Amino acid sequence: MSTHDNGHEAGHDVVVHDGDALPARFENPGFEKHHPRMGDLDEHANKKSERIVVALFTISILGTLFFLIAYFVWPPGTTPVEMRRSNLALGLGLAFALLGIGTAAIHWAKALMNDHEKSEERHEQRSDDDTRAGAIEVLKDGAADSAIGRRGVLKGAMITALALFPLPIVLALIGNIGEDWNIGQLKHTMWKKGTRLTTDPVGRPVKASDVTIGSVWHIIPEGLDKEPHPLDEKAKAVVLLLRLDPRDIKREQGVGWSYDGILAFSKICTHVGCPVALYEQQTHHLLCPCHQSTFDVADGAKVIFGPAKRPLPQLPITVDDEGYLVAQSDFHQPVGPSFWERLK
Amino acid sequence: MKALAARRHDRRAPIVLLLLALLLTGGLYAAFAPSASAAAPTSASADDIAKGKQLFQANCSTCHGPSAAGTASGPSLIGVGAAAVDFQVGTGRMPAVMDGPQVEAKPVQFSQEQINQLAAYVASLGPGPAIPTAEEVDPAKGDPATGMALFRTNCAMCHNAVGAGGALSRGKFAPNLWETSPTHLFEAMLTGPQSMPVFNNANLTPDEKRDIIAFINEQGGAAPGGLDLGAIGPVSEGLWAWVVGLGLLIGAAVWIGAKSS
Amino acid sequence: MSTTAAPTRTERLAAGTADYLDQRTGLGAAVKTFARKIFPDHWSFLLGEIALYSFITLIISGIFLTMFFVPSMTETVYHGPWASLNGVQMSEAFSSTLRLSFEVRGGLLMRQIHHWAALIFMASIVTHMFRIFFTGAFRKPRELNWLVGFTLLILGLLAGFSGYSLPDDVLSGNGLRIADGVALAVPIIGTYASYLLFGGQFPGQDLIPRLFTVHILVVPGLILALIGLHLFFVVLHKHTQYPGSGRSNKNVVGYPLFPIYVAKAGGYFFLVFGVIALMGATMSINPVWSYGPFDPSPVSAGAQPDWYMLFLEGALRLMPGQAEIVIGGFTLSLNIIVPAMIVPGVLFTALAIYPFLEAWVTGDKREHHLLDRPRNRPFRTGFGVSLLVAFLILVLAGSNDLIATHFHLSINDITWAFRVLIFVGPWFAFWVTKRICLGLQRKDRELVLHGHETGRIVRFASGEYIEVHKPLDAHERWIRVQHDAIRPLEIEPAEDSRGVRRKGYRIDRMRQRISTVFYEDRVEPVTPAELAAAHSHGEHDSLAAADAHAEVTAGVGAGVVSDGRDHLSADARDH
Repeated sequence: MSTHDNGHEAGHDVVVHDGDALPARFENPGFEKHHPRMGDLDEHANKKSERIVVALFTISILGTLFFLIAYFVWPPGTTPVEMRRSNLALGLGLAFALLGIGTAAIHWAKALMNDHEKSEERHEQRSDDDTRAGAIEVLKDGAADSAIGRRGVLKGAMITALALFPLPIVLALIGNIGEDWNIGQLKHTMWKKGTRLTTDPVGRPVKASDVTIGSVWHIIPEGLDKEPHPLDEKAKAVVLLLRLDPRDIKREQGVGWSYDGILAFSKICTHVGCPVALYEQQTHHLLCPCHQSTFDVADGAKVIFGPAKRPLPQLPITVDDEGYLVAQSDFHQPVGPSFWERLK
Repeated sequence: MKALAARRHDRRAPIVLLLLALLLTGGLYAAFAPSASAAAPTSASADDIAKGKQLFQANCSTCHGPSAAGTASGPSLIGVGAAAVDFQVGTGRMPAVMDGPQVEAKPVQFSQEQINQLAAYVASLGPGPAIPTAEEVDPAKGDPATGMALFRTNCAMCHNAVGAGGALSRGKFAPNLWETSPTHLFEAMLTGPQSMPVFNNANLTPDEKRDIIAFINEQGGAAPGGLDLGAIGPVSEGLWAWVVGLGLLIGAAVWIGAKSS
Repeated sequence: MSTTAAPTRTERLAAGTADYLDQRTGLGAAVKTFARKIFPDHWSFLLGEIALYSFITLIISGIFLTMFFVPSMTETVYHGPWASLNGVQMSEAFSSTLRLSFEVRGGLLMRQIHHWAALIFMASIVTHMFRIFFTGAFRKPRELNWLVGFTLLILGLLAGFSGYSLPDDVLSGNGLRIADGVALAVPIIGTYASYLLFGGQFPGQDLIPRLFTVHILVVPGLILALIGLHLFFVVLHKHTQYPGSGRSNKNVVGYPLFPIYVAKAGGYFFLVFGVIALMGATMSINPVWSYGPFDPSPVSAGAQPDWYMLFLEGALRLMPGQAEIVIGGFTLSLNIIVPAMIVPGVLFTALAIYPFLEAWVTGDKREHHLLDRPRNRPFRTGFGVSLLVAFLILVLAGSNDLIATHFHLSINDITWAFRVLIFVGPWFAFWVTKRICLGLQRKDRELVLHGHETGRIVRFASGEYIEVHKPLDAHERWIRVQHDAIRPLEIEPAEDSRGVRRKGYRIDRMRQRISTVFYEDRVEPVTPAELAAAHSHGEHDSLAAADAHAEVTAGVGAGVVSDGRDHLSADARDH
């Protein structure tokens, strides 16, 4: 390690004697001269820097004190305004406590500490040849001591044992981590013949006569809250109910699946499963806010834009004796994102 | 007091009381009936309808047709009701300035009186939803927690979780709701303007609509955490983290790396 | 310290402690070796420190949060100060998040600090990584440390995503739903992968507790261990330094750890924590009470993940749906596999293997401790910028709905524009960056050969006007001439002198081709001979006049060498 304040100053110009005598490349001119700071030359400036450092530490102390006071004076309260005041006061206290220390330490280092650059040698990472030879020798000695080279069966047994021992843990983990591993559940929802369509989240049954043209209803099956795992069922069973002027309906996914212009589609996007819910009643388009797949509900919910491929599955519906909308059956295909064995 | 007590025993008292009760009921009905409010006189006078018709002919008939039956450039207004007129004209969307993917709110062109007259005229053309009363839309009477649950399911996908607005397809958008008046919010749900679907009173009951209004009323104000950064979610948060956070820190790094003078 | 003065009480105490420790640990040797270790000074060397310090901030605030957060999906009913959720059914995770935000004093501050620190952590990792990339600090012997850093980036993504999902709100729940959709898209085992993640069907009852363990134990444990390794390598290799007077491949120039860097780096920790605390105090982040507790039915406009996952969201948005195909009755969702697996796979693999690729095509086996100026490596700089541009386009595509509402554009048009841009943009960025780099190098040559313009105009007796140029001093010049211009690899011919085809020629040929792509266009640094020639050229006039004359030829001179054979620079031939 060496300081180099007095590093030589290289000449300004290349001395032009003769083209042949010049080196192929420029040479490193060596360290630049050290420029003293104001504080190095002027005692007053030095003292001033010291006072700034002290002031910054003081700001930090005040910040901490402010935090302690604010903690007791401004509790979070019950309104957003009180919460914001508490958060702001505590946060500013903490921020100043930290920023004070940080700026003080850095200003100290920059203005008051020795600013002469130092240089340290580097060495190649590679060990020298002797060390390498020594290392190989040591390993050879160890291998010879264990006699592993001569004992093939032992070696095989050891490797097999080591390779097998994680299996019990892996098996137990894989066996349980998917709970029942019943992937068939993906293909069914809780809709069945006669299940009433009810509003989400309240659960009111829906009369067909109440569904006016241009309206959209967010629907869950009746009895959802009685399921053992309502959210798991809801994640598959949510439906969007809309009514179009029957003259506007170009195509449906099944004959007789709608009732008097009332259509029900799965709300779960066939792309990656976001709820598709933006219904533009003038164009009959359904838009997914996550990735903008757009479905035309007048045309069997076919995809007209975006990353989804398949139409949203349609739920066949009809009305019961009391005029309430009910499902004719479950969906005729799995709802939601595609998966490998979807069609099997 | 004696006199009052004496009169109570009067044989005519029940009749007087009945009359008083009738008067009170009538007064209350006048004040609170669904189609009765300061904004829309119950019994729209023939005069209002006539004035409304004049306004309609002058300002609306080009697109909606002289008898409001609709033309190629504007839908029929028969049966849309006073609520639709109050919303469309009261938010400045009508009269529409064409061009652009959707008709946007702009400074209101008519006085509330004129709007009421227009609404009376359109309401006279066919039965339709009326303008809600002040009580029906009073945020103080709604429950924001129920409102939030309903808003999340029915509205947030277009208008964003707190009503800050969002994009629809092909340049259309769902507007920010923070500045919209409770009456206009109610009317929008009831009538489904433009791309917005209709939420009739069977889908969202009037009480539920009021709950939603109570929820929206709480949004857009003070955020507990400080500046709300537009309340549009993680994208603006990320932008601020880069610009302000990393910006400040790199600035500090430059200060640390710079030679002291 | 004078040796004659009697030691003070403090000094005696310190000496006693040091003696105690040294006798048991041999600490003295370590102090002697490391206390005055030299670190070079530059602002860009602090970017990695931002990452380290924001990670410490994350640990401090994270420990606070674990005291109050309940990682459970058990349903409960919330009763508390937040009116619009009062009496609402939700998971314990969500309700405890509300409680720690609104009722724990300083809880909201800690939560906001934690989240802002996470965003800053990822942002600083990326900037640090690209500082390393653009300056070539990943070259031998630091390739392994590049991989350690790369792994830290991936772990950071995991930590962020798992933490973001913990409050069990609608926004992050839809993020998990998308993750589920992506898992389902994996060919053959996708369905099982989804069941493995969620413990059965989405959303199940297991996810939040599992994410919690991942978020507070597994991932941070790994990150801590790898940070240790990362810093060990930094000490082992000694820090790189920028080229400059006195700095060479054989030394490291800067300030000692104690006291300068103890103060500067220690102080910087407080600055990083302080700035994050300031953000937590003043700017709202992830207000989950606005989104509400998770429910699979609702979704809100502006459904996006935190910024570091936004590129995946963007890729998903751009991919047209037609790509989903059915083969033999099995569904292959290429519309998801391509954007969610192949695109990030390509981006990240390119980033991870670049040091090895560059070493291979350069054929360079030397150690490098002096950094490159980005302009002197046009291919690498262009490549890095094109990766960033690709990333940025995907981020913007992931924000297309917000762009649409803020600039009144059609979301469909924006999507189409980005579908085109994602192919065109990176190439264009590469080309432009490379041209800019070459231009800057030519400017360097110009400056070295002809000096600074002084703005002083001199008129000669002949009536000629010239501007006086001031030659560069040796230090200024050294910066601009110290680098090597790497030339395309030359390989042995296919056949030896006896006409026998040699082994490995094909691979060498490929290597040479790639090398040509990397290094074909280059500007050679000025040599002493060229500088001398530039000066002597004007010898019959004054030196200043020579400079002025050279100015005229400079437009055509200092050209780019493009043929890969002719190493003489055009400028040199000119004279």
